[in-house]
Amino acid sequence: MHWFVGLFPEGPIQTGVSMVVAAAAIVGAFAGLFAVTTWIERKGLGRLQNRMGPNRVGPWGWLQPMADGIKALTKEDIIPAQADKLVHTLAPIVAVAPVIMAYAVLPVGRNMVALDMEAGLVFFFAMGGIKEIAVFMAGWGSRNKYALLGSMRGIAQMISYEIPLVVSALVVAMAVGSLSLVDIVNAQAGYYGGILAKWHVFTPWGLGGFLLFLVAATAESNRTPFDLPEGESEIIAGHMLEYTGFKYALFFLGEYMGLFAVSGLAITLYLGGWRAPFSFLAWIPSWLWFFGKLFCFIALFVWLRGTLPRMRADQLMEFAWKFMVPMVVVNIVVLAMWHYSAAWRFPTAGLWRWVLCGGVLLAAYLGLSKLWRPWEPPSRRVYRYAE
Amino acid sequence: MIPRVLGVGVIKGMIETARNFLGSYYDPQRLPTIEYPDERQPIPENSRCFPMLIFDGESPEEGLRCVACKICEQECPPQCIYIEVERNKQGRSLRRPRVFDLDISVCMGCQICVEVCPFDSIKMDSAFEVTAEDRFGELLRHKKDLAKPNAYFHEINPTEAALADARIEAGKAKAAAKAAPPARMAA
Repeated sequence: MHWFVGLFPEGPIQTGVSMVVAAAAIVGAFAGLFAVTTWIERKGLGRLQNRMGPNRVGPWGWLQPMADGIKALTKEDIIPAQADKLVHTLAPIVAVAPVIMAYAVLPVGRNMVALDMEAGLVFFFAMGGIKEIAVFMAGWGSRNKYALLGSMRGIAQMISYEIPLVVSALVVAMAVGSLSLVDIVNAQAGYYGGILAKWHVFTPWGLGGFLLFLVAATAESNRTPFDLPEGESEIIAGHMLEYTGFKYALFFLGEYMGLFAVSGLAITLYLGGWRAPFSFLAWIPSWLWFFGKLFCFIALFVWLRGTLPRMRADQLMEFAWKFMVPMVVVNIVVLAMWHYSAAWRFPTAGLWRWVLCGGVLLAAYLGLSKLWRPWEPPSRRVYRYAE
Repeated sequence: MIPRVLGVGVIKGMIETARNFLGSYYDPQRLPTIEYPDERQPIPENSRCFPMLIFDGESPEEGLRCVACKICEQECPPQCIYIEVERNKQGRSLRRPRVFDLDISVCMGCQICVEVCPFDSIKMDSAFEVTAEDRFGELLRHKKDLAKPNAYFHEINPTEAALADARIEAGKAKAAAKAAPPARMAA
């Protein structure tokens, strides 16, 4: 990219061209990934549900996203007569644009980050927060009580899961001592015993934080089992009720882009970003590792979608406030324990550190899950027959 | 024993769906999809759709078993059969239908015509892919459309075809025995 930018004269033109090239690359790569993901999702869900996915358009149906795109583009654009036209039209744009901006701080490969901000993590979450306003705008601007209900539930869900999401990310920032995503990836350099990479996920607080972040990310992106705002059997399309054709496709795009963005962040924070897991695999290009891990995340989300039923609104909120929030706080305490026990010098200290920190996390997990939903097996039934 | 901890159910579910996913590539139990119309499911013997007329031998005109007795026309509940007997110049019936029309848009597939036919000539076909572009013209089937060879009947429903053939043979044997002179008593 530097070669290409160097072709242009020095000064503002060069900066302008480099900005355009970076933006075009990001949008192109992730929009292309979006198309591939819709295909993976439909075929994957099909096979998970004992059926074939679409296989008519192109071999193995891989041109299906193109067919979907053409369908979305050629649909009639309907805006309800009494809807607030400005708000209604702006909502899909507000859903998509900030999410694309969040990609600017993700380090996709070695020396491949569009913007190395010192507060990259904060910028990322700021952009993610604007997505919730888009949901509200969609529900309000449609002038439809069901859309409004759907968007209210959606916002409640997204706001409740912001806290576990942000605090899980905060743990990593505390461990590394910096909010810059590039620094966080660099802090995961080195290998345990020369082979296994020093990713954050291989520490007790990292493992807990990773799992909590994953659950919160699923909830933030409105993916099953947290896809209440778009549950077709409940509220048809929730806040996206009054949207047709391309605007609906834009909401879809925004949702999937959000999914890639939080997955990318999870990879950056916990899975070492573009780093290889084993030292003997470090020759594979860094961006290939990043996208490989991203594919694994997409497969995981599709797998979860094919397996789990939807959670009810009250179950969802209970889970967030009564389980996730205390767990992330315990995670921070465990990070502190891990950090200060790094000074232990007796033999097998590493094992005992793991036992202590892991034990605290496990105890908190079991204790909190009992509090949240005590499960009793049903008592033996007594049958009374008519005489 | 795996304790009932939060999250165990999710893991168990994910293992099951993973088995679905991987099994769908090699185990037909895990992918029961039949891609119609490229593939078809085998139809059971007894399945029935619309009636057909059976003819023995090669010629649909000569070998048609139907004698135009009109019992099926009378018994048909929605009255979808229309028969005209072929008569010679003197007005005697030639034991053949001149016209045998069956309206398959009216036929309800109840099989009563098959049950009452004394000559095993009208039977149920199992071909269900009958589409027509003209609702009134093409869905009225004539004698030439309804006539199907006995070999075809054996193909789609061997059990019933064998029984029908046995009955006809028994009938012929009985008629031959009556027609032949009775055995002479030993003098």
